[in-house]
Amino acid sequence: MTDTIVIIGAGQAGAQVAASLRQNKFEGKIVLIGDEPVLPYQRPPLSKRYLAGELEKERLFIKPAAFYDKMKIDLVLGDAVKSINSQQHTVLLNSDQIFHYKHLIIATGGRVRTLTCPGATHQHVHYLRTLADVDAMHSDFTEGTRLVVIGGGYIGLETAAVAIKHGLKVTLLEALPAVLNRVTSPEVSQFFESVHQQAGVTLYNNTAVTAIEESDAEDKAAIVITDKGHRLPADMVVVGIGLLANVELAAAAGIACDNGITVDEYGRTSIDNVYAAGDCANHPSSIYNRRMRLESVHNAIEQGRTVAAKICGKDKPYNQVPWFWSDQYDLKLQTAGINSGYDQTIIRGDITSRSFAVFYLKQGRLLAVDAINRPAEFVAARNIITKGIPVNPQHLQDDSFAAKDLAKT
Amino acid sequence: MIKVTYIEHDKTSHEVEVEEGQNLMEAALDNMVPGIDGDCGGVCACATCHVHVDPSWVDKLEPMTDAEDAMLGIVDERTENDRLCCQIIASPEINGLILHLPLGQH
Repeated sequence: MTDTIVIIGAGQAGAQVAASLRQNKFEGKIVLIGDEPVLPYQRPPLSKRYLAGELEKERLFIKPAAFYDKMKIDLVLGDAVKSINSQQHTVLLNSDQIFHYKHLIIATGGRVRTLTCPGATHQHVHYLRTLADVDAMHSDFTEGTRLVVIGGGYIGLETAAVAIKHGLKVTLLEALPAVLNRVTSPEVSQFFESVHQQAGVTLYNNTAVTAIEESDAEDKAAIVITDKGHRLPADMVVVGIGLLANVELAAAAGIACDNGITVDEYGRTSIDNVYAAGDCANHPSSIYNRRMRLESVHNAIEQGRTVAAKICGKDKPYNQVPWFWSDQYDLKLQTAGINSGYDQTIIRGDITSRSFAVFYLKQGRLLAVDAINRPAEFVAARNIITKGIPVNPQHLQDDSFAAKDLAKT
Repeated sequence: MIKVTYIEHDKTSHEVEVEEGQNLMEAALDNMVPGIDGDCGGVCACATCHVHVDPSWVDKLEPMTDAEDAMLGIVDERTENDRLCCQIIASPEINGLILHLPLGQH
């Protein structure tokens, strides 16, 4: 019998594992199972160019349909795994199909955190994670629509930026004291707040939603009620309040989980022949000397490559500097590294010029950078953090010192 | 249609037909050219669609932006003929273009 590899989850990580297995000359059967009824696609453009209507659906697909035929990757779409039996080496699907595996990869990603307040299931309330989510938004995403965005993270801010461009009237509510509170510094948060306010977004920080009610008026609007006493009529509500890792299948199979599915540097879980990759996996980082769970394309792709390599007998330990990007208005934010625990910030360039970088250091060592319209600083920081190059704070701050020379030892 | 040839490091050649206006990272993905990843979806944020432009074609392409030049700072094996092919848009002027794929992208 030929070896079968089953991949649960046909997102960025799952698709990458499948493609990389073939690149590594794996010749057995590959079954890629996804609960959405579409080919594996890229999620980042959903809240950017796809929401804006600037990108055709086909362009979201990671690979064309012909790729899976040519590579003999069996796609099982629109069906989900109900349970894993790690003793029998089988997975059971909702359709009652059973697949036997030699190796199993769990790439189940995450699902949106949902509102729990009264009225949370109002028909005007949308979440933004899947292609279907965005397709359901397009018809109301028109000039004059009153949009309330709940959550000032990447998803909320990108949605607000696209909405403003399309002439919607946008109010954004953030429960914490600043937007992007969890991921960046006060300097960068304030910059993005002022950019959105100047573009026309009404922004309320420290403001939580307490209920969503039906309007009595003829417009059938939702009324978003906050703990500050606002009653905001909305034709559309978009909620972006974070992601929950899909670990339940793994946990039910007895696989160790702690803020995600616990994996080692090769993507191996606590059970032999079972791997995890992408948003659902919690991996060790020797760069930061701790475990972390990341929600990013780069992480999904590189962990996917690591897992495929390991299954094919090649050691490619995952130890990369995380990176992220966000497009809002004319701004490209590129973040390299994780700034958690920083004790010093160094700003390079003039914030008001909309082109600057904020470096985060801990005891003189560079942890991360937020580069706004500053690709050279982003690249330099990635190289510095990857290679552990010592930095000179004077040079980081001095805009006349060439960014590309920052990473020179 | 515009003809573009991608040549892998082992000299395997992929000749593909590209629609005018499409970028050459997308064209490579659509035609299953190995070694072009396009992780960021073509927004010049990742440098995983790095190519060496054939010397005979270097002068015939539109010049690159500062952003592309900066992103190329992250690649190994950089030469003066390098581009990110998501930033090269197919047009009649580049019909016959030849791109070489770097060793590191395999």
